[in-house]
Amino acid sequence: MSDSDKAPIKTALFDLHVSQGGRMVDFAGYSLPVQFEGLMAEHQHTREVASLFDVSHMGQITVSGNDDLSTLSALETLFPANLKNLKPGGMRYTVLLNENGGIEDDLIVTRPAEGQAPNGTVFIVVNAARKDHDLAIMQAALGTQLDFKLHQEKSLLALQGPKAATVLANLCDAPHQLSFMQSMPANIAGMNVQISRCGYTGEDGFELSVANAEAAKLAQILYEDKMVKPAGLGARDSLRLEAGLCLYGHDMNDEIDPVSANILFAIGKQRRTDGGFVGDRAVLKSIERGAENLRVGMVFDSRMPVREGAQIVDDQGQQVGTITSGTFGPTFGGPIAMGYVPADMAAIDTPITALVRAKPVTGRVAPMPFVPQNYARKPGI
Amino acid sequence: MSKTVYTEDHEYISAQESAATIGISNYAQEQLGDIVYVELPQVGTSFKKGDEIAVVESVKAASEIYAPADFTVTEINSALEADPAQVNTDAMGAGWLMKGTLANPAQLDELMDETAYAAHIA
Repeated sequence: MSDSDKAPIKTALFDLHVSQGGRMVDFAGYSLPVQFEGLMAEHQHTREVASLFDVSHMGQITVSGNDDLSTLSALETLFPANLKNLKPGGMRYTVLLNENGGIEDDLIVTRPAEGQAPNGTVFIVVNAARKDHDLAIMQAALGTQLDFKLHQEKSLLALQGPKAATVLANLCDAPHQLSFMQSMPANIAGMNVQISRCGYTGEDGFELSVANAEAAKLAQILYEDKMVKPAGLGARDSLRLEAGLCLYGHDMNDEIDPVSANILFAIGKQRRTDGGFVGDRAVLKSIERGAENLRVGMVFDSRMPVREGAQIVDDQGQQVGTITSGTFGPTFGGPIAMGYVPADMAAIDTPITALVRAKPVTGRVAPMPFVPQNYARKPGI
Repeated sequence: MSKTVYTEDHEYISAQESAATIGISNYAQEQLGDIVYVELPQVGTSFKKGDEIAVVESVKAASEIYAPADFTVTEINSALEADPAQVNTDAMGAGWLMKGTLANPAQLDELMDETAYAAHIA
């Protein structure tokens, strides 16, 4: 039986989504709301106030080893980020690569806060569609040293927006303790919740990991604050694109390396010369020679959205690149896209022509993010 | 007297003899969500029933609109260029897409009236 034949998995919040008028769709094997009140309204509410997203489809993995340093050292043989210098409660974005330097997934590694987990424990969050794939790679590479457990029994809620910290501060101390990319456990109404100050919208916000059995209760408590409204996958996608964030399987895949994808920040500085991770030879070579094609942001002259799959063409109409994500940016107020172009076309303001329904649409390479990011650089609300 | 009929793909056509106004139904705009761009044809273009006549784009996706009957475009709703959201707020009124002259008004008899369309989307 193929994946598409299986009934989609209902998250712990399924009934709540339906009761709130969520339009449910099948996404990465899960039944999730694509929108509630409307994509544009949800997008703007997230930019201006706070929205709650169900991201329980994401893969939450716990890694166990002998002690923190040996676990982080072992993970560094797989991931290119500098992990050994992660402080307790610190989080780091990185990628899982293959031998050719292609990106198998992007993910976030979290070192638990002081004393919250047995020595040697690390948390990893990976993409929904890649979790079994990633787990198999991690187990094959490090299974003799480390234990990997995928948590089907946990949900993940994302509270995102400029008022997210205010909302959460009424329930726990975490907003006063955490800055962007930091994580800690908290107790909310008797529930154990792992709170991480991160997200995928470009706004300040938190991801809350909680047992499935308590997820609906946690969501209801958050919704008691009238500033919080539900938002779906549609708004999540337009928000992340405005924030210039890559979506795995679209803006990167197992044939694209981190240099082409323009996410060198996923690789530790020293590691860009030292290597010592899977795919290092290919990546180091790519850093040295420069990538042939680069991921860039693009804006266009008309209001017509230029979407994934559209060809980027030269003066003769020959294809030179491809759009990998594109939409009408609700906050930006015009069409925005990401895609791959030859390196000599990657400079800001380089003219771009894309084909939409066989017609040329003109635009130019633009800096990302398209909408300024609004992360909490220090703890507080 | 004018009459309004609908296709299975949710286009509507309001016609008084051979003078017709074409748009998408209120149900269709609800399904599409926030409309951000409408691509309309050139005035003077003739279409056969089933031809692609326009594209209506939401943040999420682009949707093709098909000719409900054979017709020639006499006017397009240029106001949608600056304010495509009128299709959301008033699909059956100010959010019309184009006007045209029907080649064969009898073709409308093949389409659904209000009652049949209400049953179709129920």
